[in-house]
Amino acid sequence: MIVISKDSMGIIREQDVVPFRSRVKEYATKIGMSLVNQTKLITAASELVRNMLKYANGGIVTLEIISKNGISGVRLTFEDKGPGIKDIQLAMKDGFSTGRSLGLGLPGTKRLVNEFDIKSVPGEGTTVTITHWKNGR
Amino acid sequence: MDRIPILKMGPFLLVTIQVDLYDRLALNLENDLITMVSKTEARGVLIDISAVSIVDSFMGRILGNIASMSRIMDAETVVVGMQPAVAITLVELGLTLQGVYTALDVEKGMELLQKKIGLNLLNNEEEEADEDDRNL
Repeated sequence: MIVISKDSMGIIREQDVVPFRSRVKEYATKIGMSLVNQTKLITAASELVRNMLKYANGGIVTLEIISKNGISGVRLTFEDKGPGIKDIQLAMKDGFSTGRSLGLGLPGTKRLVNEFDIKSVPGEGTTVTITHWKNGR
Repeated sequence: MDRIPILKMGPFLLVTIQVDLYDRLALNLENDLITMVSKTEARGVLIDISAVSIVDSFMGRILGNIASMSRIMDAETVVVGMQPAVAITLVELGLTLQGVYTALDVEKGMELLQKKIGLNLLNNEEEEADEDDRNL
């Protein structure tokens, strides 16, 4: 797997969400991702960035264009230094939420993208990485 | 403060969302719409989202809130013009916008609203007619 381009963006306020989404769109357009796949990726990114703001007061997102076996994709890494998630299995269950939301966040987001990875240490922070390939597979 | 304009058209309120909503704007819209429903005694709210390219769970919740709040205030809500990619994404995300009426475009949305409140008016008239009968 090769990284073609890389950039990062700090998310500290709610107002950062819309510019961040445009940035993701820019990356997805650059590799020629179809509209439906773009929409899925941007929506997933939007959910994760909201989580980051809500539970950890923000964090840093790394945006990358990657290539594997000649297929390009967008990889986003969301890092925060928030309280972390105690029980990831529970957090990945549909309908579960500690905040007052619908509890669609993590499992819904996972369904939208091709690859989803979450690591969290309570008291230290959470890192979520998602990858969506150009053809959506 | 930024606001999304709300137009009054007869018994209906019309909102066209032309920009990607950030949270504050969405919350303002929710607030303004419900205040307007009460002030103008509107019977229906039509929200055009044809220019919106991303609806995440927050936006979905706002749309659902507007519909439930309006219903309590005796007005129906129709969301029109959703882009196909947005619909696909919403369902995969698990958000089915329950309780929100939808229509393909503004014209069909208007028809739906008219039908909804037309039915209500008819029922009221029948009730009144029944009462008149009794009075006679």
